[in-house]
Amino acid sequence: MTDTTHGEGRHTPSFPPWLKTTLTTLATVAATILGLLFVTFMIGRVMPIDPVLAVIGERATQEQYDQTFRDLGLDQPLLVQFWIYVTDVLQGDFGKSIRTGQEVTTDIARVFPATLELATLGTLFGVVLGVPLGVIAAVRRGSWIDQLARFVGLIGYSMPIFWLGLVGLLVFYGILGWVAGPGRLGIFYQGIVEPITGMILVDSALRGEWAVFRNAFSHIILPASLLGYYSLAYISRMTRSFMLEQLGSEYVTTARVKGLSEWQVVWGHAFRNIRIQLVTVIALAYANLLEGSVLTEIIFAWPGLGQYITTSLLANDMNSVLGGTIVIGTIFVGINIFSDLLYRFFDPRAK
Amino acid sequence: MKTSFVAATVASVLAVGLAMPSFAETPPNMLVIANRIDDIKTFDPAESFEFAGADVSRNIYQKLVNFDPLDLDAGYQPQLAESWTISDDGLTITFTMAEGNVFASGNPVTAKDAEFSLRRAVLLNKTPSFILTQFGFTPENVEQTIVAPDDRTLVLTLDKPYALSFVLNCLTATIGGIVDMETAMANAVDGDMGNEWLRTNTAGSGPYKMVDWKPSESVLMDLNPNYGGEKPAMERVIVQHIQESATQRLQLERGDIDVARNLSPEDVAGLADVADVKVIDELRGRLMYFAANQKNEMLSDPKVIEALKLATDYEGMANSFLKGQYTVHQAFLPRTFLGALEETPFAYDMDAAKAALAASGHPDCGPIKISVRDAQERLDIAQSLQNTWGQLGCEVELIVGTGAQTLDRYRAREHDIYLGAWGPDYPDPNTNAGTFAFNPDNSDEAGATGLLAWRNAWGIPEMSEDTLAAVVENDVDTRRDMYLALQREHQQISPFGVMFQQIEQNGMRSNVENFVAGGATTAVSYWVITK
Repeated sequence: MTDTTHGEGRHTPSFPPWLKTTLTTLATVAATILGLLFVTFMIGRVMPIDPVLAVIGERATQEQYDQTFRDLGLDQPLLVQFWIYVTDVLQGDFGKSIRTGQEVTTDIARVFPATLELATLGTLFGVVLGVPLGVIAAVRRGSWIDQLARFVGLIGYSMPIFWLGLVGLLVFYGILGWVAGPGRLGIFYQGIVEPITGMILVDSALRGEWAVFRNAFSHIILPASLLGYYSLAYISRMTRSFMLEQLGSEYVTTARVKGLSEWQVVWGHAFRNIRIQLVTVIALAYANLLEGSVLTEIIFAWPGLGQYITTSLLANDMNSVLGGTIVIGTIFVGINIFSDLLYRFFDPRAK
Repeated sequence: MKTSFVAATVASVLAVGLAMPSFAETPPNMLVIANRIDDIKTFDPAESFEFAGADVSRNIYQKLVNFDPLDLDAGYQPQLAESWTISDDGLTITFTMAEGNVFASGNPVTAKDAEFSLRRAVLLNKTPSFILTQFGFTPENVEQTIVAPDDRTLVLTLDKPYALSFVLNCLTATIGGIVDMETAMANAVDGDMGNEWLRTNTAGSGPYKMVDWKPSESVLMDLNPNYGGEKPAMERVIVQHIQESATQRLQLERGDIDVARNLSPEDVAGLADVADVKVIDELRGRLMYFAANQKNEMLSDPKVIEALKLATDYEGMANSFLKGQYTVHQAFLPRTFLGALEETPFAYDMDAAKAALAASGHPDCGPIKISVRDAQERLDIAQSLQNTWGQLGCEVELIVGTGAQTLDRYRAREHDIYLGAWGPDYPDPNTNAGTFAFNPDNSDEAGATGLLAWRNAWGIPEMSEDTLAAVVENDVDTRRDMYLALQREHQQISPFGVMFQQIEQNGMRSNVENFVAGGATTAVSYWVITK
């Protein structure tokens, strides 16, 4: 019999706090990803699209159709199909993509580094420029720099990325020739660097292939700036708002009364207190970019995760969609855990 | 270590800022193409059935007979087979293999390779296998019907005496590609005859071999050093996946690519005044049509269909949003096919359309749902139909879905009007006649989802007989006349409204010569291109 007396009201030796936290976190991660998979799987199965046709095309015979129907396991009940899928995933088998004919893990290993590289650089731009801009705009509220920050934010929110990307390509690639065109690497540089991480900038730097690095940089700079601009708009606006709240607080007035320099007031006190909120904002911005910016990827012929999942979804290539979903789910959960950790680091009360 | 790495990285980033990338024309022996190639799933000729895949396959695999890219109108020509004979009863075709052809691996091309390739296409039973199995080849009989008695002779035994031109035209399709048996079998797994390996590798005797493929990114082909023909000028061909027309145009203007294959009409117009760039138009095989489900009582009235055909603004569409991309064509065989009918009896005539509708059993028309996929050109056509058919008094609703959703409905015979495109599977008139004008059993149980006539519930036992008769007619002129007659009848009585034939507009640098996308019958040929 099960001992039902455990739990409430009974004093039992408890786990060490760190172990309890770790187990809770792992359970949350597993439940989140499983739930995500379940929903995505069911959406894929109830969509009014025939997955068999996605494999064999419309010209196939009924016999070929029936064979593929069985091969895909579609003759099994939905829950059984899901169970088979999950057990396969737990064994590291994500299945094959019907669109590329390759293992989903191979496909994701190819497309994810492209997105990671672009998103990281984009977020870096957003943070390096967006945070100081937001702080300055808050400190000099109503000044021209505040107006500029708000204008930049407004444009970033309202301008379609598709349009801005095409104009960027036209001006900086087509007319000025300052940057290289679409794609990750020029045709003459392909195949030179043996992949390590799949991120060309990192791999070429690690291999010491600086010509490849320069070419890759000239390809990534424009799409990364574009994504960075959108991050910048979001981050600077949020930074400004957080800072305004802090600068109106009594402890800031007290600090000023005590005669601290403006620099110390702003950066040493007010900014210190918005770090926690900023971490969340930056993490979210980063996660959004890691999800893949489909339109940017299409315009710049950037073979990333967003484009991969979208194209797969339209082709009803559910193995690929589910594989991509797991990656994105893991990213979101991972980034949340990371920001939680930073939260504990920055906020002594959370420790 | 860490510090030096960071320092080097920062230094490089600064250096990039100062040293902007230099641009140059592509090298004279290299062809760089921008195209949409995300439909490629496999390179195995027994399985490949996509446009971009056919483009690659044609340049890598040779066939027994093939088209000369510089003279497509001449029809099939000897390639790996130097000659062929047909028995008096029309059932046996004997090919004599040409000498001197060698696979990229160094293995000579023999009749045994041809036997292997055609047999495996039947045995693997992938989607395009119907192109061969329609001649009676089955997994059970291939050892008797596809036989190479020696290295230079291949004998095909058919189940019926088909027109020789029909059989040979089918052998020019991608599935007719001859694979290096030794290489394929060396990479076979679990009896798949190399299928898994050939999805991502190639083993042909054509001018090129595939060196690298990154799905939805690029295909790289280099010269096959053992190619038996004249050495092509382009030693390397790179096809990059560029989705956006505007991006392709920019690359072409900058000279970073030689050919742009997916330019929108706006971008084609924009290139008109650009120096060193030209646009070549080529008629392709794809047709745009609407079809009426005969299960719908109103749409099964011939007069209603006639009214709809007359209330369609063919010229208006071809001269506006389809300009340069499609030309008016109203028969089920695309122009340049044997027996293609070029007559266009229907023109936009609202008075005639209203008169036809008034004479029908549904003078007030009724609700019509047009099932259309979410592609821009199709939506534009659907909106034009909605407008002009609306003027007839019909209440037209557009049901927009993804390609797969729309197709599902079509195959299930659940549509009213389907608006879609159809491209030939192989370069013989039967490819379209066998689907637009063939449906011997119209019952739901027949489940002939591959036949367009069945999808529209259009039972045509007599016309199906005529279609079958044209397939076995050996006299080419008579066969042509049979198809002309078939199309004339089809044009008038069928629930199909064929509207347009595709024109492909390829933008290219002005020094690119001999670029042939393949016309209506085949795919692109890189080996004749010079620049």
